[in-house]
Amino acid sequence: MTALYRRYGPGLTGLILALTGFWIIFLVTLPQLDMVDYSFRPNLSMSERGGPNDVYTLQNYATLADNAIHRAIFLKTIWASALVTLTTLIVCYPIAYHLAQGTTRRQAALLMLLLLIPFWINEILRTFAWWILLAYAGPLNNMLVALGLIERPIRFLSGDGGVIVGMVYAYILFMVMPIYNAIESLDRNQIEAARDLGASPWRIHWRVVIPHAKPGIAVGCIMTFMLAAGSYAVPALLGSPGSRWFTQIIYSWFFEGGNWNQGSAYAFILLLLCIGFIFGVMRLARIGLADIAK
Amino acid sequence: MIDDRFARLLTRAYLGLFFAYLFLPLAVMGAATFNESRFPTVTPWTGTTLKWFAALWADGQMWNALGTSFAVALGVICLAVPIGVAAALFLSDLHSRARSLVYGIMVSPLLTPGVIIGISTLIFWRPYGVTGGILLTVLAQASFIAAYVMLLVLARLQRFDRTLEEAALDLGATPMQAFRRVTLPFLMPAILAACLIAFLQSFENYNTTVFVRGFDTTLTVYIASKVRTGVTPALNALGLILIALTIIGAVTHELLRRRAAGRKAA
Amino acid sequence: MSQGVELRGVTMRFGDFAAVKGVELDIEGGEFFSFLGPSGCGKTTLLRLIAGFNDPTEGQVLIGGKDMRGIGPNGRPTAMIFQNLALFPLMKVWENIAFGLEVRGVSKAERRKRAEALLELIALPGQGDKQVSELSGGQKQRVAIARALAVEPQVLLLDEPLSALDLKLRQHMRQELREIQRRTGVTFIYITHDQGEALTMSDRVGVMSAGRLQQVADPQTIYEQPATPFVAGFVGENNRLLGRIGRVEGGAAVLDSAIGPLRGRLGGDLAVGAPAALFVRPERLGVQPASGTPGQGGHIPATIVSRAYEGAFLHLTAEAAGGTVLTVHLANSAGLPDLQPGAAVALIYRPEDAIILPAEAAA
Ligand SMILES: Nc1ncnc2c1ncn2[C@@H]1O[C@H](COP(=O)(O)OP(=O)(O)OP(=O)(O)O)[C@@H](O)[C@H]1O
Ligand SMILES: [Mg+2]
Repeated sequence: MTALYRRYGPGLTGLILALTGFWIIFLVTLPQLDMVDYSFRPNLSMSERGGPNDVYTLQNYATLADNAIHRAIFLKTIWASALVTLTTLIVCYPIAYHLAQGTTRRQAALLMLLLLIPFWINEILRTFAWWILLAYAGPLNNMLVALGLIERPIRFLSGDGGVIVGMVYAYILFMVMPIYNAIESLDRNQIEAARDLGASPWRIHWRVVIPHAKPGIAVGCIMTFMLAAGSYAVPALLGSPGSRWFTQIIYSWFFEGGNWNQGSAYAFILLLLCIGFIFGVMRLARIGLADIAK
Repeated sequence: MIDDRFARLLTRAYLGLFFAYLFLPLAVMGAATFNESRFPTVTPWTGTTLKWFAALWADGQMWNALGTSFAVALGVICLAVPIGVAAALFLSDLHSRARSLVYGIMVSPLLTPGVIIGISTLIFWRPYGVTGGILLTVLAQASFIAAYVMLLVLARLQRFDRTLEEAALDLGATPMQAFRRVTLPFLMPAILAACLIAFLQSFENYNTTVFVRGFDTTLTVYIASKVRTGVTPALNALGLILIALTIIGAVTHELLRRRAAGRKAA
Repeated sequence: MSQGVELRGVTMRFGDFAAVKGVELDIEGGEFFSFLGPSGCGKTTLLRLIAGFNDPTEGQVLIGGKDMRGIGPNGRPTAMIFQNLALFPLMKVWENIAFGLEVRGVSKAERRKRAEALLELIALPGQGDKQVSELSGGQKQRVAIARALAVEPQVLLLDEPLSALDLKLRQHMRQELREIQRRTGVTFIYITHDQGEALTMSDRVGVMSAGRLQQVADPQTIYEQPATPFVAGFVGENNRLLGRIGRVEGGAAVLDSAIGPLRGRLGGDLAVGAPAALFVRPERLGVQPASGTPGQGGHIPATIVSRAYEGAFLHLTAEAAGGTVLTVHLANSAGLPDLQPGAAVALIYRPEDAIILPAEAAA
């Protein structure tokens, strides 16, 4: 603090502290705490608030335990998000490797640009594009029928399949970039040396590239899982009433059920899930918080 | 050798497949704009038309939503960029163990699902009379976009020679003058990049916005609601325009970058 | 005459670590004063205390007789030339030089004029519109000096400004700096860990070690009459012989060492029996055949270990009794003796060329 003051004087230091403080306190910390506080209180009318009934309770959490449908959706969200994460990893690893080590710098720059373009277009439109492609009377079904591969169109958009495909598509960049950055810092000679020693391509990846890229892989998985589990856009567009996502239940507690306390409890559970996943992966890959935000 | 050629072929094939996966949906969406059909699709092709552009042009709600999106994005830039710059300056002068704690809090919004940011903002501001709407959306979005700004500025600040500020002070500048003449010009490229990122992030945000928008509708919210209730190829026209703008932007950026690189090499 | 600087019991602590300890010093107006010391001894820290980037934990810094506590760098009549120069990379050369004037609200035309005059002074006329990155190392150096002089400081603080330059340029810049100092009459406080630089340029030198000021004196006194073993060992080459004080005779003493009694000047307050060290410079040692009779002066029997012929000098190393290794520089003036490794000799010196100091606690 004194270093700041010495450098910037009273006026600027005041401004810096005020802005930073406003952000950390009023935009980040207090709202989260407030949400947690909300989740432990019953849903009361305005007049009852602060009254004898306004006590801390676990009832909002009990709701999830008691409601079999919500529980199933919660578990589905977990495994589907994990599946999205794994699929995205498998799809993206070869691309990241190719960009980082398998091609010239110039070509890599061009491919990178191609990769970025879909992601500058917003998530909703990207998802909408998939909605068109996967529609019951859409091009994919038409093509498959015309090729004789299927007899009748498939309802892609009524199960979880559409949601998962859409998510993999939506989060590619979040997986490619960190892995690419990690692999790029690998000295090409190490790969050459391993090849020289007669290691097969699989072995090279397994023993040299992947261990080096581990922090990048961890970050990619963390981001993808968090985005998938917390996505509202993709399931809202590509899902059907039969394939709801946990975020959609949260949304309906807020804007259909009008029970913010209940919604907060569900939101907090989702947050805990993501935090748990983050710490689990950080533990596994032995990385710190500073490695994540790059 | 055969092995090598096979590997190269495999790589090529995978790249082809990957980029097809990346662009096919966008191509289909774009192509569907020109189909006569009332429903956005390319099969069957019922005739080529430009009428969906006209329909989009005439869509007053879309224009309203676009205006809202711009208003929100502008608000976010005005709030998140100063916050992010301040936070980066604050952090770079922090050397104690407190630094990692503060850093952790600052990047936590990037690791928090967007819906939760929306929800907590919605709950927190209600007692202060800020209910769903443009202002609340700006607050919610700024809370995580400021983290992007902070990281961008911090990265640049790490390459900044802090003795330059001291030199300015030593020559008699007030802290304000030193900041304006020395620090700020150095940070400018990062700040401009941060403005662009803030704009794009705000413009495309849905997960957070949907909880805090109240009765205001941003463009993404509008598109999403259209997809669910009464989709028309006018949406494709909108998508196509956004894609075109993006590609033009990307290509210009690349050309400018190459020219700058070329000039530096010369 | 410009203002002087006084340091009164200045101590600077970073946490538990004291980088500068109890420094007492008067630097006179218009003086060229150098701080000399090994890396990490606190030179930069001390300079930053004078510039006002930090206030000392204890003690006072006075400039022109005025206590500077609480006054920031922009309120002090000092200007600093940084170890890395710290030229503003996004400003042109003349804007760099005129920056101090700009923040004082001087008009642009006037700034331009003054910058041109300073460019003249540093022998870079008409180069004001260049970018800083287009200058050579020596030119950057001179721009940094011009930028500091532009604000007409009373005291110029220079933190190893020549360390990044090659030898030739460094020697040239030394002369220029001295010249500029003479012309402007500004007080120069100069930091270096190059003793040649300190000795040739300065009116007075302050030798520092581990945050303490060891000795303050003119260059010759520093070399000839070091006040502490550290100064004796750090400035120039020196041979050190350990022992205890055997006898004290006014300004002289005899050290009882492993080699035998050694005579020298007494450089400190030492009682008989106190642990002490005798220092004698390599160029003050002579060589005699071992058979020669010991005279009134110092006499150290030794065996030649190695020899290195360097044209103007012959460098010898010799081992004396007790394993002490000594260096000898013989000037190639009148017939060098034919000495090969293994030869038994006696190293001789005049007692007034050797100085006896209290032994370092740590050594
Ligand atoms: N801001 C600081 N915080 C903690 N320790 C510091 C700080 N500045 C300097 N030190 C410590 O104080 C001691 C003296 O540092 P200083 O920079 O004054 O050395 P110096 O004599 O200028 O060395 P050099 O010749 O290498 O430039 C060092 O041990 C350094 O680690
Ligand atoms: Mg230093």
